[in-house]
Amino acid sequence: MAKTGTLGDKIFRTVLLIFASTILITVVAMIVMLVWNSMPTIRQFGIAFLFEDKWLPASSIYGALPFIYGTIVSSLIALIIAVPLSLGIAIFLVEQAPKKIATPIAFLVELLAAIPSVVYGLWGIFVLAPFIRNYLGAFLAQYFGWIPLFQASLNESGTISSGIGMFAGGLIMALMITPIITAVVRDVLEVVPTQQREAALALGATKWETTKIVLGNAASGIAGAIVLGLGRALGETMAVTMVIGNSPEISASLFEPAYTIASVLAANFAEATDKLYLSALIEMGLVLFLVTFVVNGFAKLLVARVARGSGTAKAT
Amino acid sequence: MKHFTRNLFLTVLIFTTALGLACSGEKLGTGGETNSDASGAIKLQGSGASFPKPIYEKWVNEYQIVHPNIKIDYQSTGSGAGQKAIISRTVDFGASDDPMKDEDLQKVDGELIHIPTVLGAVVITYNIEGIDKPLKLTPEIIAGIYMGDIKKWNDAKIKAENADVNLPDAEILPVYRADASGTTAVFTDYLAKTVPAFKEKVGAGKQPNWVQGIGRGAPRNDGVTGLVKQTPNTIGYVEIAYAKSQNLPTALIKNKAGNFVEANIENVSAAAAGAVKDMPDDMRVKITDAEGDNAYPISSYTYILVYKDQKDATKGKALVDFLWWATHDGSKFTKELHYAPLPEEVVKKVEDKIKSISADGKPLYQEGAATTAGK
Repeated sequence: MAKTGTLGDKIFRTVLLIFASTILITVVAMIVMLVWNSMPTIRQFGIAFLFEDKWLPASSIYGALPFIYGTIVSSLIALIIAVPLSLGIAIFLVEQAPKKIATPIAFLVELLAAIPSVVYGLWGIFVLAPFIRNYLGAFLAQYFGWIPLFQASLNESGTISSGIGMFAGGLIMALMITPIITAVVRDVLEVVPTQQREAALALGATKWETTKIVLGNAASGIAGAIVLGLGRALGETMAVTMVIGNSPEISASLFEPAYTIASVLAANFAEATDKLYLSALIEMGLVLFLVTFVVNGFAKLLVARVARGSGTAKAT
Repeated sequence: MKHFTRNLFLTVLIFTTALGLACSGEKLGTGGETNSDASGAIKLQGSGASFPKPIYEKWVNEYQIVHPNIKIDYQSTGSGAGQKAIISRTVDFGASDDPMKDEDLQKVDGELIHIPTVLGAVVITYNIEGIDKPLKLTPEIIAGIYMGDIKKWNDAKIKAENADVNLPDAEILPVYRADASGTTAVFTDYLAKTVPAFKEKVGAGKQPNWVQGIGRGAPRNDGVTGLVKQTPNTIGYVEIAYAKSQNLPTALIKNKAGNFVEANIENVSAAAAGAVKDMPDDMRVKITDAEGDNAYPISSYTYILVYKDQKDATKGKALVDFLWWATHDGSKFTKELHYAPLPEEVVKKVEDKIKSISADGKPLYQEGAATTAGK
C-alpha cells in the first residue's frame, strides 16, 4: 500500500474506502437496529428467551428454542442431502462427463438455481408432500421406524398421516441449495490446474485417486460453496414455510411439523400489532443473525481444518 | 495501514450515527401530503385486510370508470397492518376484518369510525375419499378435532350426526393458518363462543394458542387449500370466496337454531339479519353464532376504518363519496364475488356514519352528489 502523492490516487482511495465501509455500516446498523427494537423482550425475558420452548403470542409467552431448533435441524437435513449430491454432480460434470452431456446438465443446474422459492414451495405442497406421505415417509417409518428420527404411525392404507413436516422442509431446502453448491463447486474444480491431473495420472493414479487430489486442492473453495448453500438454507422462507407445518414444537421425529425463524418472521410480521409481539419477532431476527454468524464461523473453522488435513494427506 | 484502519473505523462511526439520527427523526416528515398528482387527479391510499381485496379492487375499477379524476390504491397487507397504517395516518383509509379493540381505539389520536362494507364467511372444508354428501358438523365436533379430542373420522360424535355417511377409520389431520389472520379470528371467535373448553384451551384471536402436536399450520388461504386438497383425511377452514372458486367440499354447520346450514351468500345474509338488533352504534360487532333459522354461524363483517375528522377537505370529500358509492351502488358487485351485501338496516346506519364525517367541522357528504352520477 505505497502512498503516491497524486490527487487522483487519493480520490480513488477515498471512494474505495467508502464502498468498502458500506458493508460494515450495513452490518453495524442492522445489529444496532435489531437490538434497539428488541429491547422490550430482551428486558422482559433476558437470556431465557433463547431457552423457552413455548411460543404463545396470545398469552404473551415467547420462546425462541423451537425456532432455533427447527432452523438448524432443517438446514442440517438439507446439507446432509445436498452436499454429497452436489459434489457428485460437480465432479461428474468436470472430471467425467463428455462435453456433449456436461453442457446441457450444467445449463439445467443453473436454471434450477434461478427458480423462485415460492414455486419450489408450491411444488412441495403438490408433489413432494404427497410423495413423502405415500412412499418415502411411509417406507422410512415402516423399516426404520425404530430410529426415533423416522418414527411415525402408519395409516391402514400404509401411509403416514402427512408429508408436511420437518423432513419435507429439509428436503425442499436440499433441492434448492443443490444447484447453488453444484454451480460453485463446478467453477472451483475447473480452476484446478490441468497439470495436476496429468501429473497424477502420469504417476499411475486411478481416476478416483486423481479426483481425490483435485478435491483436496479445491477444499477451501468447496467449503465456501457449502457455506453459501447453508446461508441460503438458513434464510429460506417461502418454500419452507409452505411445507414444514409451522408448529413451534420440538419433536424427535422428522415427520412432525416444525417451524423456522425465517418462516415465523415472514408469516407474522405484518400482523404483529402488539408491541411485545413485534419486539419478540425482531429479537428472532437478531437470533437468526447470530445463528448464521455462529454457523458460518464454525463452517470457516471446519474449512481451515479440512484444508490443512488434506494438505498433510498429500504430503504423505 | 494503521491510518487506513482508523479511517475505516471513523467512516463507519460517522455513517452509523448519521443513520441513527435519521431514524430517530423519521416522525418529523409524515409524507403523503400531496393531494393530487400532476394531472390533477385526487389520490386515495388504503391498506389492510386481504379477505375483501377482490371486492375492493372491483369497486376501485368500477368507480374509476365513473370518476376518472379519483385514483384509489388498495394494498392488501393484512388486517393488523391496516389498523397500524390508519393509526399512524400513513393511509387515507384502513381495512380490517376484525373490529378494533377498545383499548386500541383509546390510544388513537383522533376519532376512528368503523364502516362495514360487505359480509363474508369462513367455511369448513375437508378431504375424505369416497364421500359424496356434505358432512354435518357441530361446533363441538370442530372444536374437538382442533383440540385433539376427536382423533378419527369414524368417531362416535361425528357418526352421530352423519349416520348416512360412510366415514373411514382414519386419523384426522386438522390444518390451521400459520400466519396471523382475520379468518382465524372469525373461526376461533365462533368456537370460543360456543365451546367453553375451546375458549379456555385455545382461545380466540388472529393467532390463538393452538394445541401443540395437533395438525399442521399452512400459510395463507392458498396454503391451507393446497394442503387440504393434497392430503387425504384433512380438515381446514378458509374464506367462503376461496372455497367457492376452488370447488371445495364444505360442511354444513349446526347453527344456534339447531339447523345444519350450508355456507352460502343467502345464509350469511340471514346471519347478518339475525344479528342486526345487536348492532351497536359504533358498528363494531361480531356476528358469529347468530340467531335465525338459516343463519350461517361462522359469518363476519369486514370494515373500512376512517377518521371522523378529515384533515384535508378535498381528499375527505373524495373518500366520503367513494364510501357512499361502495355501500350503495357497489353492492351489486358483491354476489358475483361471493360476498354478502349489507342488510338494509345496516346500510341506514352506515349512511349516518358517512354523513358524520367532516373536515373543519363541516360535513363532507352532499346529498345526491356522489351516488347516482354516471349511471
